[in-house]
Amino acid sequence: MVSLDLLLNALVAGILLGGFYAAVSLGISMAFGLLDIVNIAHPVFVMLGSYAAYIMNVRVGFDPILTGVLFTPVFYGLGVLLYRVYYASFERKGAESLRGLVFFFGVLFIVEVSLLLAFGVDYRLVEAPYIGESLHIGPVGIAFRLLVPCVVGLALTGALYLFLSRTFYGRAIQAVAQDAFALRLMGADPFRVKGIAFGLAIATAALAGALLIMIGPVEPAMNREYIGRVFAVAVLGGMGSIGGTLVAALILGIAESLTATFSGPSWSVAVSFGVLLLALAVRPAGLFGR
Amino acid sequence: MRGDNQPNSTLRSGRWRLRVIVVSVLVVAVALSGAWVPVALGADPIKIGFGMALTGGLAANGKAALIAMQLWAEDANKKGGLLGRKVELVYYDDQTKGATVPGIYTKLLDVDKVHFVVSGYGTNLIAPAMPIVMERKLAFPALFGLANNEKANYRGYFQIMPAGPRPALDWTATYLEVASRQTPKPQTIAIVGADAEYPHNALAGMRENIKKFGLKTVYDATYPPNTVDFTPIARAIKATNPDVVFVASYPPDSVGMVLAAHEVGLRPKMFGGGMVGLQFAAFLTKLGPKLNGIVNYDFWVPEPTLKFPGIEEFLKRYQVRAAKEGVDPLGHYLPPWAYAYLQVLGQAIEGTKSLDQQKITEYLHTKEHDTIVGKVKFGANGEWATSRVLQVQFQGIDSGDVAQFHKPGKRVVVWPETFKSGNVIYPYEKALK
Amino acid sequence: MAGRTFVVLAVVVVAAGVIVTVLDVNQYYYFAAYVVLQYVVLASAWNILGGYTGYVNFGTPAFFALGAYTAVVLIQSMNAPLVVQLVAGAAVAGTLGLGIGYLTLRLRGVFFSIATLALAVVLQTLFINWEYTGGARGITLTRPATVPLGGSYVEYLFVVMLVLAVITVATAWWIEHSWVGRGLAAIRDNEEAAECMGVPTLRLKLVATTVSGLLMGLAGAPFPYYVTFIEPASVFDLNYAVNSLAMPMIGGSTTWMGPVIGAVLLGTAQQVATVTISSALNLLIVGVILVAFVILAPEGIVGLVQRLVRRGPA
Repeated sequence: MVSLDLLLNALVAGILLGGFYAAVSLGISMAFGLLDIVNIAHPVFVMLGSYAAYIMNVRVGFDPILTGVLFTPVFYGLGVLLYRVYYASFERKGAESLRGLVFFFGVLFIVEVSLLLAFGVDYRLVEAPYIGESLHIGPVGIAFRLLVPCVVGLALTGALYLFLSRTFYGRAIQAVAQDAFALRLMGADPFRVKGIAFGLAIATAALAGALLIMIGPVEPAMNREYIGRVFAVAVLGGMGSIGGTLVAALILGIAESLTATFSGPSWSVAVSFGVLLLALAVRPAGLFGR
Repeated sequence: MRGDNQPNSTLRSGRWRLRVIVVSVLVVAVALSGAWVPVALGADPIKIGFGMALTGGLAANGKAALIAMQLWAEDANKKGGLLGRKVELVYYDDQTKGATVPGIYTKLLDVDKVHFVVSGYGTNLIAPAMPIVMERKLAFPALFGLANNEKANYRGYFQIMPAGPRPALDWTATYLEVASRQTPKPQTIAIVGADAEYPHNALAGMRENIKKFGLKTVYDATYPPNTVDFTPIARAIKATNPDVVFVASYPPDSVGMVLAAHEVGLRPKMFGGGMVGLQFAAFLTKLGPKLNGIVNYDFWVPEPTLKFPGIEEFLKRYQVRAAKEGVDPLGHYLPPWAYAYLQVLGQAIEGTKSLDQQKITEYLHTKEHDTIVGKVKFGANGEWATSRVLQVQFQGIDSGDVAQFHKPGKRVVVWPETFKSGNVIYPYEKALK
Repeated sequence: MAGRTFVVLAVVVVAAGVIVTVLDVNQYYYFAAYVVLQYVVLASAWNILGGYTGYVNFGTPAFFALGAYTAVVLIQSMNAPLVVQLVAGAAVAGTLGLGIGYLTLRLRGVFFSIATLALAVVLQTLFINWEYTGGARGITLTRPATVPLGGSYVEYLFVVMLVLAVITVATAWWIEHSWVGRGLAAIRDNEEAAECMGVPTLRLKLVATTVSGLLMGLAGAPFPYYVTFIEPASVFDLNYAVNSLAMPMIGGSTTWMGPVIGAVLLGTAQQVATVTISSALNLLIVGVILVAFVILAPEGIVGLVQRLVRRGPA
């Protein structure tokens, strides 16, 4: 029995979830699509963002979003630093793809264990006045816990989109993906440009992490559950396409929500990965691939 | 390889690199050799071996259990050990991976030569140890596995978790026992749980019980363990308008379900049942007043009806250690039982005055054991002879302050009658006010 | 290494393994050795596709689990002997490998990797919901009471895994030294160019994915009797994907020897860490070793040794 109410609510829930997925996946999309850096460790940086939000929430009582914003410069610095190591060890030698992947696997373990040692294995949550409350518009209920991540995710997507298309460095980042040599001729240093881009990609994790811990409890090893999902979003969106990432995130969010509502949630994750497999088989470059 | 090394620049870095490699190989070699050196023996202590989840999915509980077990060993040694010999715990991290368990237990028995083994935490980590234990006919006290002995019916298996002789059935029946005694009597039920070992077992038991209690199932579904958003599920349940909702969930999804239920306004007459995690301080304090009215299983709560000798001192000492280790600061859920399953083993060793596995197995079967979780009597299949699963209701919680959960009155025992410390507020909605 | 030397070496290894079981060795070492050998199989199998052909498979757990669950089905339905389980497990996983091979028609590079990852997720959901093999609850399996070669069942499993490891390494060796290996290397270096030069790329890739998948299934088939308890989360563990990729990287991914060295080193280090350090540090070691190796010795141990030999004594 499909009631209109349920359908409407499922769609809204899917969109909210999609906005959040976009926030988590943007960093992958950038690093992966624009820079060709297969940063499989991205979800663990999201975790790091979650724990930053947790610590600031417990110690100083900061709202997770505030922490997320405050920590973006820190994460940006971390990203730039990580890129330098990556560049010196792999890119300069032209041996990036496979070894880079293994490198990031290693980084993933190191960050995960550091979190384990620092915070222990227990689940952590944050407090905010709006968690557990909801807003009702007609028959549609919207949980703030999911609305806030969605709005922030959309804002982040918009900001990145504008940055990439309107600013000098943004255009340089897009250009570096296509032709680093030409960029050099234009007087921009590809190394610097890529460093900025990777820094930004990691910076998004600070915010995404804050959103993640707002939605539910977090523990260090949880990043692994997101590896598949964020890569699915990035690939489905067509890598490097910011708009595509958002659309893909919304599609997966809605697919999950609809399955969870109507045909048994057990299959919801499999359905979204099924969508991905299908999309890959039909259009390998993703929905909005170049 | 696309790029090629320039010979000039790599000469220096090549040597440096070589040095690093040599050093790392040496480090690995030293680490390797260390493993094969047998542990130096002291004054011949009684060794108890086990694997425990110290990393991985169950590590939060595994670490808490380990603290409790170490406290037991300290207590035993303070009293002069067992049979005049010191007690020593030998344990390894099973990483919450069943695949590590066979290796760990063979190592414990054959290399470390432990006298006894006890299980790690959780059904999935107990199961892979069973064949080894059975092959060698050992007594095997186990910690929180659901129906591990159902197929094998092994005589040496002793489960400290008080699920009862038919674990999945007895466990879930308690929730319906409470529901069926309320007026108006509930007619319909929705059941939901995670796609994992415990929830599936619990749901299977629940389906049987639903038939027995004559309820009508209006919703029955499972969700994947890494579900992010629970509002669609809560909404789908709400649409079926059930009188009772039974949730069998693991910690992160328990929180997700409670929040989602509030957000979509899911208000059945009774809500809860089998949610793991609503016993830990981290979740109690963060959910706070949103817990009010939920009826959920538990094994021990600080109610006056459950003040067994020794439990309070134990918890005080546990709480000091837990603060240091960063694990559950309350320790009401697993730690007392981790202490108790070594207590029964210790009592059996003392009682039989021997280390003989057969004698100890028979002793454990025939005697009743005094522990910090009360009197323990094992049935023929090694489960508790009678179920002591509690159903507690969260009542009068008005803040997220952790201190309130140390005191009675917030988690009121509503089942079984023997330990009852208050009445159910029914329907659920009434408790929310 | 000449073919004959290799065969002799293989026979010696198996013989040594059998002799070891006759000796009175501590049971624990069979358990530990089994795990290391299992990684030799997985790493070598992964390397046929990943190292030789350049297609990075994230889906090792899917193939491994398929082998294991095929065995579970056979045990459940007819109590089939281990040999039957091995053959069937390999066949089923090999079929999946063949399917993956057709994916390479459309998907390259990271897209291929993500597709294999997605495949693992979908398969895992399938097994979570399939009650016959225990579903999410998992299933307990009882080992047969009689052991075909005498001795304990674990010794038997150890010998079986040793034979499988030798078969796998021999396969890798053969591929590497035959026209197949040269064709795969051509694909790895430049697939378009290889196609233009008349290399039958699709057929070769199908061989690589099928053989790789088949061998991974082979590694998974004895697993049910090893742990005696199977549930989806543990057989679809991400660690199988990480290890089967990391081990060839550490050892060196261009020769058959690399994965073997990597698996023996990293596998043993993990086994030892499990029973010594017993904490989160175990994972940290894997992370640090990984990072250290890919930065300091990008060609793996084999490449490092080769470079030293070539340069001659300093």
